[in-house]
Amino acid sequence: MEFPQLEYLRRRRCDSAVNTEQKKLTQTPLLKIWVPWMGCSLNRRRGSSVPQFCNSPTMIVMVGLPARGKTYISKKLTRYLNWIGVPTKMFNVGQYRREAVKIYKNFEFFKPDNEEAMKIRKACATAALKDVAAYFSKEQGQVAVFDATNTTRERRAIILSYAKERGYKVFFVESICDDPEIIAENIKQVKFGSPDYVDRDIDEALEDFSRRIECYRASYMPMDDEEDRKLSYIKIFDVGSRYLVNRVQDHIQSRIVYYLMNIHVTPRSIYLSRHGESELNLLGRIGGDSGLSPRGQKYANALATFIRGQNIRELKVWTSHMKRTIQTAEALGVQYEQWKALNEIDAGVCEELTYEEIQENFPEEFALRDQDKYRYRYPKGESYEDLVHRLEPVIMELERQENVLVVCHQAIFRCLLAYFLDKPADELPYLRCPLHTVLKLTPVAYGCKVESFFLNIEAVNTHRERPVNVDINRNPEEALLTVPEHV
Amino acid sequence: LASPTKLTQNPLKKIWMPYKNGLPETHISQRKVCMTNCPTLIVTVGLPARGKTYISKKLTRYLNWIGVPTREFNVGQYRRECVKIYKSFEFFRPDNEEGLKIRRQCASAALNDVRQYLTEDGGQVAVFDATNTTRERRDTIIQFAEQNGFKVTVILGGHACQVKLGSPDYTNCNTEEAAEDFMKRIKCYENSYEPLDEVLDRDLSFIKIMDVGQRYLVNRVLDHIQSRIVYYLMNIHITPRSIYLCRHGESELNVNGRIGGDSGLTPRGKEFGKKLSQFLQTQGISDLKVWTSQMKRTIQTAESLSVPYEQWKVLNEIDAGVCEEMMYEEIQDHFPLEFALRDQDKYRYRYPKGESYEDLVQRLEPVIMELERQENVLVICHQAVMRCLLAYFLDKTAEELPYLKCPLHTVLKLTPVAYGCKVESISLNVDAVNTHRERPENVDVTRMSEEALLTVPAHQ
Repeated sequence: MEFPQLEYLRRRRCDSAVNTEQKKLTQTPLLKIWVPWMGCSLNRRRGSSVPQFCNSPTMIVMVGLPARGKTYISKKLTRYLNWIGVPTKMFNVGQYRREAVKIYKNFEFFKPDNEEAMKIRKACATAALKDVAAYFSKEQGQVAVFDATNTTRERRAIILSYAKERGYKVFFVESICDDPEIIAENIKQVKFGSPDYVDRDIDEALEDFSRRIECYRASYMPMDDEEDRKLSYIKIFDVGSRYLVNRVQDHIQSRIVYYLMNIHVTPRSIYLSRHGESELNLLGRIGGDSGLSPRGQKYANALATFIRGQNIRELKVWTSHMKRTIQTAEALGVQYEQWKALNEIDAGVCEELTYEEIQENFPEEFALRDQDKYRYRYPKGESYEDLVHRLEPVIMELERQENVLVVCHQAIFRCLLAYFLDKPADELPYLRCPLHTVLKLTPVAYGCKVESFFLNIEAVNTHRERPVNVDINRNPEEALLTVPEHV
Repeated sequence: LASPTKLTQNPLKKIWMPYKNGLPETHISQRKVCMTNCPTLIVTVGLPARGKTYISKKLTRYLNWIGVPTREFNVGQYRRECVKIYKSFEFFRPDNEEGLKIRRQCASAALNDVRQYLTEDGGQVAVFDATNTTRERRDTIIQFAEQNGFKVTVILGGHACQVKLGSPDYTNCNTEEAAEDFMKRIKCYENSYEPLDEVLDRDLSFIKIMDVGQRYLVNRVLDHIQSRIVYYLMNIHITPRSIYLCRHGESELNVNGRIGGDSGLTPRGKEFGKKLSQFLQTQGISDLKVWTSQMKRTIQTAESLSVPYEQWKVLNEIDAGVCEEMMYEEIQDHFPLEFALRDQDKYRYRYPKGESYEDLVQRLEPVIMELERQENVLVICHQAVMRCLLAYFLDKTAEELPYLKCPLHTVLKLTPVAYGCKVESISLNVDAVNTHRERPENVDVTRMSEEALLTVPAHQ
C-alpha cells in the first residue's frame, strides 16, 4: 500500500549521496518511524508503527448448534481484531445459503436426509472457503472468521485440510450451552429478526427453529478431548462460566482467548462524554491541561443531573489524568478512577497551538496530517494508531464491566466510539464527538444502540473537517478553510 | 453557579486532586491494576512435583511487578521450620498421626499469616502454596476465606519442572536416594488425593493446568485480577531459552550528559553495534527475535545485526517531559524542586508533562507478556526501560528498580533456571560514558546545588 508521503520523500531526497558504509536512518514523515535509507527508496520492511504478530493467516472456525451465540461471537471478535489493527473478515455460511436458496420454507431444509439440501449446503461452505482464500491472498486479510455450525467431524476435517494445504493456522471456537433459558433468549434476540423468519409469527418461528436445532443435534460431535488433542481451540460453556483452552499456538490466538474470556452478555450501558468546554478549547488551542470554562462547569453540573436521572445501577466513572476531565467528574459527586491511558492524544511539538499556528510553523506536518489523519504521528507526539494501542486495556476493561461513564477527550472518544460502532480507520479520526453531548451505548442483538443527549449548554465547535486540498503545496487559506471558529 | 472544583496537582506524581480547605483530598482513586475490592487468596492444588511452587513464585513476582502487593506462603517452608531435619518420606505417610498434626498446624500458621498479610499489612493477593489435595483441606481454606471476606481462586496443577532434587530436604542425599524417597512421598499423597469435582466444585473459581501448560480448564473466573492471572498463566512456558537485554550503543546525547531525546550513535556506539553482532554469532542462538524501541539509537544498533527486528513504541525511553534533552546540571538549575522530589521517590516521581517509572511498568506490561510467550529474544532498549524489565526478571522491588545498574555496552543474558533467573553480564569491551546517577545523600528540597549534583556522572 503506497503512502503519499513516500512520493514526497523521493522527490526531496533522491539526489543526495548515500553513505553505503553506514546505512543512514531516516524518519518517515507520516508515521515518524526510523527506517534505513537505501538509495532512493525507503526500506519498508521494518517500518510499522505497531509490532506485527501475524505471520501465517489464521482461520477462526466457529463450532456449535444453532442459537449458541456463534454469530454474536464472530461479529464481536471481528470488530475487535479490526480495531486493534488486525485485518479480519467474517464469513457467515448461512448468508451464502440464503443467497443460494432465495426463500426459506421451513426446517425440513436442514433434515440430515434431505440430499438436495445437503448438496447446496456443502456447496455454500465450499464457496465460503474459496472466498476466505481470496481474502487472504488478494486482500491482505490476516484473520478469517468462518461462522457456521461445523458440528460434524467430517466438516471440520474438510476445513482443516483446506487450511493445511494453504498454510493457514486454524483455531476453533466452540460454544456449548444447554440452558433452555439462554437459548430461548438468543432466539428471541436474533432469530426473530432474521431474514428467514421475517414473515412468520413468533410462535411459528420458535417452533420451526427448535425443530431446526434438532436436525443438527443428532449428528453433532463436539470437539473431543482425546481425538482433537492436537488441535487448537477454546470451548465456551454456558456463555462463559467455564472455558477449556487447548494448544494456543501464537500471539493472536492468545489475544483472542483473553478477549473471549472477558466479554459477557449481561445487559448494561456505556456512557461516553468529553470533558466540559475548557479554557484552551475557547481559544482554539489543541491539547494542554487547562481547566473548565464557565460553560464547561455548567455542563459538568448538567451531566450530574442527567446521570442521576438515568438511575443507573452501580455506575463506574472513569476519567483521564487531565484537569478538565477530573473537574467534570468532580461535579458528579461520586467516586471516579483516573486512567492515564485516557489522556488526550499527545500533539508533541504542536501542543497548545492553534491550527493557524500549526499551519504557520509546520505547514508540511499539517498537510501530512490531512493526508492520513489516522496514521499521522505528531513530531514527538502520537498518532490515532498509537492511541488505539494504548486504549486497548481500556476497551478490555469496558468489556468486563457493566455500567460505566467514561469522561474523556475528542480523539479518545473517537477511538472508543469506532470500536463500539465498528468504524474503519479512515472514518475514525473524523467521527463527530461534540462537546457537551453524552452518548449512551447499549449492546443489542449483534450491535450497539446509540442514543445522543445534548445537554443544552452551548460550547465551541472543535471538529475540523478534512479540507479538499491536502497537498503540501496548498495555500494557507486552503489548509485553514475548515478550522472551526474560536476566540 | 458553582465554579470548577479547585484542583491541586500532587507534586510527586502530578496527579490532579480536589483541594478542600487548603488540603488535597484523598478519596480519589487512581487507576491501579487491582480493581478488586476484596483481597484474593490463590490456592494451589496438586501432587508434589507438578510445578505448583514454580507457578506460585512466578505469579507472585509478576503481580508485584505490575503493582499488586502479593506474597506467597509455602506450607513446606513452615514444615521445614517446624521439623528441622527431614528424615524420610515416612513423615508424609497418611497413618503418621504425629506428622499429620504438625502438617495441620503448619497450614494453620500459614493461613494466619495470610490473614495478617491481607488484612493488616496491605497485601492484596496471597498465594497459598501447598498440595491441598484433600477436599477436607480445601474446605477449611474456603471457609477461612469466606470468614475473612477473601475471594478464592484455585490453581490446579502447574508446569512440572526439575527442581525437587535441589530442595533443602535433600541436601544430604545423593541423587538416587533423593529420587527414590521422593517417589515414595508422592505415593503417600496419591492415595488420599481428591481431585476437583465437576459437580461439587461447580461454583469454585479455578484454573486447571494440564499437559505441561498446553491445556487449560477455566471455571468462573470473575474479576479483573483473576482474569489477568489466568491470562498470565496461559502465556508462560518452561521451554528453555534465553533473553538478552542491552541498551542502544552510546549516543550523542549520552556523551553530552543529556537525558532523553532522539539522537544517533557516536562512533563508539556504532562499534558496540558491530561487537554485538559478533557476540550474538558466538552465542549460536536458534531463531532469535530482536526487538527495539522506535528511537533512532536502538534502531541504529539493531541495524548492525543485519537481521529482521520489530520496533515497539512502548520500548521508548521514559518521557522526561519538560526536562527532555537537559543535563542534570540544567535540571537542578531550572527545576531544583523537581530534581529533589525525584531523588525522594524515583519510582513514583513523574516528570512534568512526562512519565514516571511506575508509568513505564504499566506500558511495558505487554512486552513482558510477549517475552513470556517467546523463546530467544534480544531486547535493545534504554536505561529506564531496561531497569524495569530487569526488575521483573530478577524480582526487584520498586525502591531498588530505578537504581539498578544497566551500563552502556553491556549485555545481560537471562536464563530461567529452577525458580528464578540466572544472569550473566557480558561487557563487550567498548568504552562508553557512565550514565548511572546514584541517589545522593541529601534529597531535601532545600539542599544546595552541590549536594544535588554530587552523584552526576562525568560528561563532556
